[in-house]
Amino acid sequence: MILRLFFSELRLLARNKAQVLNPLAFLFLGVMLFSVGVPSAVQGNGIYAGAVLWFIVLLTNLLALDGLFRRDYDNGVLEQILCASEVPFMVILMRIFVHWLHTGLLITLLAPLLSLALGIELHALPVVMLALLLGTPALSFIGATGAALTVGFSRGGVLLALLVLPLFLPVLIFGAHVVNDAVAGNGNSAQLYWLAFISMVAFTIGPFATTVGLKISVQLQ
Amino acid sequence: MFLREFWHKLGSPKWFYQISTGWMIGFAVAALVLLVVGMVWGLAFAPADYQQGNSFRIIYVHVPTAMVAQSVYISMGVAGIVLFVWRMKLADVAIAACLPVGMMLTALALFSGGVWGRPTWGTWWEWDGRTVSTLVLLFLFIGIYALREAIPDITLRGRASALVAIVGTINIPIIKYSVDWWHTLHQPGSFSLTEKPTMPVEMWAPLLVMVLGMYCFAGYIILARMRIEILLREQRTQWARELVA
Repeated sequence: MILRLFFSELRLLARNKAQVLNPLAFLFLGVMLFSVGVPSAVQGNGIYAGAVLWFIVLLTNLLALDGLFRRDYDNGVLEQILCASEVPFMVILMRIFVHWLHTGLLITLLAPLLSLALGIELHALPVVMLALLLGTPALSFIGATGAALTVGFSRGGVLLALLVLPLFLPVLIFGAHVVNDAVAGNGNSAQLYWLAFISMVAFTIGPFATTVGLKISVQLQ
Repeated sequence: MFLREFWHKLGSPKWFYQISTGWMIGFAVAALVLLVVGMVWGLAFAPADYQQGNSFRIIYVHVPTAMVAQSVYISMGVAGIVLFVWRMKLADVAIAACLPVGMMLTALALFSGGVWGRPTWGTWWEWDGRTVSTLVLLFLFIGIYALREAIPDITLRGRASALVAIVGTINIPIIKYSVDWWHTLHQPGSFSLTEKPTMPVEMWAPLLVMVLGMYCFAGYIILARMRIEILLREQRTQWARELVA
């Protein structure tokens, strides 16, 4: 059943390419705008690389979150999921997982390109990718709760950012420092453990909180 | 047995309104006495700091507001859990009452921190660990406030804000730890449960009085706000009408 859910979510995603491609376009646009904006003295030497990389990852994730439940909410499928299926929890878990696949995992795979653009040296690349892999699930699972609560408002985007970005702060701190330490050649296992820990906590409570949030949002209609 | 009865009675707004009159007055008197005593003691009689001179005296405002602000957020999380588990109407009233109080205290803590930072660190604002965690606390308050404003239905508003308060409360330790780890310019906390204070007793005793006074003050305001909120929500009932009339 889990596999079937997973494939149906994937199929849904494949039929809605904009949901995958638009945030990606934003990702590179953001990196470009930043790189053009900084003075050429610090350009490409990786001083801000960690902070910028993670900040843009946060924003990309946030953009993609807005569409996480939007369509299902508008056309009523969400209510069907919450009422009809025996375990709405599993459906929601799968939905968030697939969201992570097309934001977090995809960004991890694109990390070499992003590193190139931001001036992160090659020797730091494995650590950067590991950090992205460990840290991004937290973003999807925490963010889904906010997305669930704001899906009922037609203009929920700003509110979503307001609710979710403060909770992203620890990921940004540890994530950015992993990158900076890796660029400087320092040890960084502590931060990686922390990223993994935050993701585990988010994974544990996120799906439950999202289910509750969706139940509230559905009643708003 | 007694506790369980008390718990059940808490479900009735009318009962709470009647019983809380005494609590509110108690908190108000205690706050008045403690704050006046602490203020006079701290500002006029406590010895000046050998490094910071008299400017350290803002600690008597800064530390209590910061401590109470955080406690108010955590109590909102607890009220949120109560709302989800027991569906108690009063819990939502408590969240509604805590929100503006916590927001105000957090803002005050940030402001007094800036005033203190200027003479001691030489800057109004520094991206320091605990400053940032207080700022994040303010954003968490603002987020819940904005969410409440956006939802017209009173039951759903309560449940939604309770959910955010719970998730936020779980996150607070992580946020605090991460920003402390990140880097900190702050002097270490003056109070901890496990260690003896590093300050002499003449300095920390008034601070303790101020902290207790600030807790009583927050308790008083929150209770007063809760009572008004209860009257608003119960305005159709007989007892509320008789009370107001």
